[in-house]
Amino acid sequence: MDSIASSLNVHAQALNLRGKRNEILASNIANAATPHFKARDIDFNTELSKHLENSGPLNTNDARHIPQMGVTGPTNLKYRVPTEPSLDGNTVELAVEQMQFSENVIRYQASLNFLNRRISGLESAIKGE
Amino acid sequence: MDKMNSIFDVAARAMSSQMTRLNTVASNLANANSVGSTPEETFKALRPVFATQYAEKVNKSGLSTVDVESIVALDREPGKVFAPEHPKANEQGYIFRAAVDTDEEMVEMLEASRQYQNNLEVLSTLRSLMMRTVNMGR
Repeated sequence: MDSIASSLNVHAQALNLRGKRNEILASNIANAATPHFKARDIDFNTELSKHLENSGPLNTNDARHIPQMGVTGPTNLKYRVPTEPSLDGNTVELAVEQMQFSENVIRYQASLNFLNRRISGLESAIKGE
Repeated sequence: MDKMNSIFDVAARAMSSQMTRLNTVASNLANANSVGSTPEETFKALRPVFATQYAEKVNKSGLSTVDVESIVALDREPGKVFAPEHPKANEQGYIFRAAVDTDEEMVEMLEASRQYQNNLEVLSTLRSLMMRTVNMGR
């Protein structure tokens, strides 16, 4: 049981974080015309490594404890530094946000494909065909 | 205020805000040639005021969208034109033209429609991602 979970773990966490980041970037794009809005983002690599070494807020102090699966959300939302600050105090740059968004979507699909391959691999191992 | 739980709430509200902005542009352009007898009764261009709506626990979810806080009439001087033969002319023979800059309204319209499209594009991309995620392992 544990090995099935751990074989999916990295990609499951990555997919979860990518999904969260998609929502954050979508919020930025939604606020592209709002005065004084500050664009937010997360540093994906640090968030992922943080979630991998300690998945979830529950700590384990016994070998028989089952570690908690799944991410509860990014814990360190940061503010984007604009390359060209605008007069109304809005730090959303549509070109930057759209680029980040499309990259994030592609990487989400990559994680999803990895997960699908792992699952079909496990399935054929279970069926023994 | 309803709860904001997902990307659908974010995009829906952002799109309706941009739609309100397009509506004000339409009103402004429709009234661009209207006239009045006094500066007070003359039409003045309308603008929506956007304000960010944050989800609860925004530092965890990162969700925020935009709402129209209010719609204000811009404080601009209507154009004073001497036209004594005009039925709306006052005693001195002046009429007042609506304070609407049509070029500015066109720019506003383009920007609003582009941002509407952006939000729609984000929504449809994330929707297809969700569909693929739902079908994971098949």
